[in-house]
Amino acid sequence: MIMASSPRNVFLQGGNTTEFSEPVLKLRRLPFSAPLGSPYIKAADRPRAPISCSAVADKMPATVGGALDSNSLTTRRLMTQTFIDQAELMTVSSTGKFGRFGGKFVPETLISCLSKLEAEFILALHDENFQEELATALRDYVGRESPLYFAKRLTDYYKNSEGKGPEIYLKREDLVHTGAHKINNAIAQAMLAKRIGRKRIVAATGAGQHGVATAAACAKLSLECTIFMGSADVGRQGANVLLIKNLGAQVKVVDGSFKEAMSEAIRDWVGDLETSYFLSGTAVGPHPCPTIVREFQSVIGKETRKQAEEKWGGKPDVLVACVGSGSNALGMFHEFIRDEDVRLIGVEAAGVGLDSGAHSATLARGDVGVYHGSMSYLLQDEEGQIIGPHSIGVGLEYPGVSPELSFLKDNGRAEFYAVTDDEALDAYRRLCQLEGIFPALEASHALAYLEKLCPGLEDGAKVVVNCSGRGDKDAATVYKHNEERV
Amino acid sequence: MAAAAALKASCFLQLKQKSNGHSSLLLPRRIGLSATNTVGRLFKPPMATISTDQAVGLSETFSKLKKQGKVALIPYITAGDPDLSTTAEALKVLDACGSDIIELGVPYSDPLADGPVIQAASTRSLARGTNFDKIISMLKDVVPQLSCPIALFSYYNPILKRGVEKFMITVRDAGIHGLVVPDVPLEETQILRKEATKQNLELVLLTTPTTPTARMKAIAEASEGFLYLVSSVGVTGARASVSNHVQSLLMDVKEATNKPVAVGFGISKPEHVKQVAGWGADGVIVGSAMVRILGEAKSPEEGLKGLESFTKSLKAAL
Repeated sequence: MIMASSPRNVFLQGGNTTEFSEPVLKLRRLPFSAPLGSPYIKAADRPRAPISCSAVADKMPATVGGALDSNSLTTRRLMTQTFIDQAELMTVSSTGKFGRFGGKFVPETLISCLSKLEAEFILALHDENFQEELATALRDYVGRESPLYFAKRLTDYYKNSEGKGPEIYLKREDLVHTGAHKINNAIAQAMLAKRIGRKRIVAATGAGQHGVATAAACAKLSLECTIFMGSADVGRQGANVLLIKNLGAQVKVVDGSFKEAMSEAIRDWVGDLETSYFLSGTAVGPHPCPTIVREFQSVIGKETRKQAEEKWGGKPDVLVACVGSGSNALGMFHEFIRDEDVRLIGVEAAGVGLDSGAHSATLARGDVGVYHGSMSYLLQDEEGQIIGPHSIGVGLEYPGVSPELSFLKDNGRAEFYAVTDDEALDAYRRLCQLEGIFPALEASHALAYLEKLCPGLEDGAKVVVNCSGRGDKDAATVYKHNEERV
Repeated sequence: MAAAAALKASCFLQLKQKSNGHSSLLLPRRIGLSATNTVGRLFKPPMATISTDQAVGLSETFSKLKKQGKVALIPYITAGDPDLSTTAEALKVLDACGSDIIELGVPYSDPLADGPVIQAASTRSLARGTNFDKIISMLKDVVPQLSCPIALFSYYNPILKRGVEKFMITVRDAGIHGLVVPDVPLEETQILRKEATKQNLELVLLTTPTTPTARMKAIAEASEGFLYLVSSVGVTGARASVSNHVQSLLMDVKEATNKPVAVGFGISKPEHVKQVAGWGADGVIVGSAMVRILGEAKSPEEGLKGLESFTKSLKAAL
C-alpha cells in the first residue's frame, strides 16, 4: 500500500491500487501535482470506482486541435490520479465554481478562449517535461525553496509573563527573485503562454510586484510584455515602474488604480485573443484564472508542509497570510485545506478603519456580487457600483477577492480578520527591529495580526506567517508615516 | 387599470397621424378595441403619467418589419450623458427619426465590454449622480411618448445587487420591453431568464465571432427578442470598416436559427449599415457613434441636432 502514513490514503477506496502507485508517487514529487483529495467535492459525491478514461476525455474542454484522445499517454496519466481528483477535475472544469462562487461572468467573446486556456493548463500540469522545466526555473531562477525561518526574537516578544507562547516561523517569500511571491505564478504562466504559442503577455499590476515579476519572466522567455498600471499606483510605487521598463516591458498608465488597470488589461486582451495572453497575477477573474494562479502559488504551502515536517516533525498549527485578492493566502492555505487541525487565518486591510469607508476589507465588509468575471465578495455601493478601496499596503487594494477564499469563508474553513494601516506600519518596524527583516507592507498586515492572535494560543503552538514580499519599496512610506505620528 | 385609463383617454384625445410615414401598430394592447381602423395612426396621450403600453415587444417589432421587408435600426445611448433630461429628449428624437428599437445603457463603474467612448460616457454619467432610480423615473415619463420599444443594457452586478426579481419588476413597470446583459454567459442566464419571463421581458443574448457553432445554436435557442451578433473580437467602438467576416458569420447564424439577428459593435456609418443590411441582417445596432455625438457636442441642443441628422442618414441607408 502506498504512502501509508499520509492521511490522504483514506480516499483510495479499496480495489487494486498498485497500478496507480508509481505514477501517483511521481506526481507527488513534482511541485504541481493536483492535491490528493479535493476539498471541493462533498463526501456524498465522491466516486466509488475509477472513472473511465473516455469519460474523463469527454468531459474535458476541447483542446486546441480537438478533444483529448482517450488513448493518449497524457489522458492515461490523467487517469492515474486518485478518484477524488478526477471528480474535482470534472466538476470544476465544467462549472468553474467553488460552491456558489467563481464562474465565468465575462462577455461571450472570451468564453471559448477561457475553455481552451483551461484545457491547456490541465495538459501542462500533467506534462512531465513542462513540470521539469518549471521545477528548474523555480529552483535556479526564482531561488526556491524559500526558507522557513524561525523568528526567535519575535517569538520571545510574544511570550507571556510565564514565558509561554507560540513559536513563530516566517515563510520567506521575500527572499525569492523579484522580492515577492508573485514570481511563482508569473514564471509558470509565462511558460504556459509560450507553450501554447502566444507571443504577447498582457497583465495588470497594483503595487508593481506582479508587473515586475511578469516583465522579468517575459524577458527570460523572450515574450513581448505590456503592463497596465493605475496612475495612482505609478505615483506610489515609482521604483517598480522603472524596473518594469528596464526589463523591456511596456507600461500603459490607466486613470485610477489597480481595478481600472485590471479592467483595461481585460479589454486589451479581448481585442487580441489570438496572440495575447492575459497573465492574471492574483486569484480572481473568470475561471480558470483563479484556479491557475492558486495552483501555481500552492508551491508555497507544499514546501511549508515539507519544511515543517523536517523542522519539528509535524504540521503547522496556524497559518497566517495577508489577503488582498488572495494569491499568497491561497498559495499557503490550499495544501492544508484538508487538514482540519490547521487553522487558516487571512488578514485583510482595514485601512483607516473598517467604519471609515477607506479600507479594503472585502470579506469583512463586502457582499456577494459579480466582478471582473467571477462571483465573489466585493466592495460595492447600494447601486452595485464598485468602490475603489484604500490601504497603505498598495498590493492589498482591490475591491474583490478570490472566489475560492469567499467559499472558504462561507463554509467556515478559514477565518478572516482585518488590520489597520497603523497596525501594519507598527508591524513593519517591529519585524525590522526584532529580526532584521523588512517585510512588504502587505505582509506586515499578516504580522500585525500576531498581536491579537498570540495571547490566545497555547504554549509551543507552531505559527507560520507567510512573509509574502520584501519591504524596500515601502521604506520611505513607513519612515514618513512614523515621523508624522511621532 | 391601465386599460380603464386608456379607454377614458381615447374618448378625449385626437388621433394624430405621423407625418414621416413610419407605420407601427400603436394601440394599447390591453384595450379590446379593434385594431383595423387605427393602423398607421399614432395615439399620443397627453398625460405622461398614463403608462399605456404603446410599443410592442422586440420580437413583434421584428416580425412586423420582416413583413414589410425592412431592417431594424437600433441605436444605443448611455443614460445620463450629458444628463438625464438630454437622454429623455434623445430618446424622443431617436424614436421620431425612425428607430425601431432603442437600447438604453445603464452606466456602470467597470464596463468590461465597452471601449473608450462608452466608458467615458459611463464615467461622466456616474459623476453627475445618475443612478438607477433616476433612470427609471425618467423612463416612466418618456416611455409613454415613444412608439418604439426600449431594451435596457446593464451589466450583471447592479442587477444582482438590487435583486433579480425586483429589478425585473421595476424595469417592467417603467415600460421597458427587453434586456441585454453582456457579462452573463449562457450557463448563468437561467435566473435572469426565469424572472424576465415572469415579467414579459425579453432577454437578448449575444453571440460572437469566437463562439463555436454548437454553442451559438444553444445561445440562439435561448435568446428572446432577437439574437445579438457581435461583429468583431473586441470591445465596443467605431471601426473604420465592417469586416467581411461578418457576412459569413451572418450566414452561419441564419442557418442555425429563424430568430431575427441584429449586428452590433463597430458600426458607425450609413455605408456600414447598408452593407450589413445587404448581408442579411434583420437589424443593425449603432452605439459608440451615437454616444460620441451626444457626448462630444458643445451643448446638449447641438448634440440632439447632431443625433437627429445622423439617425436620419442611417435610416435612409436602410
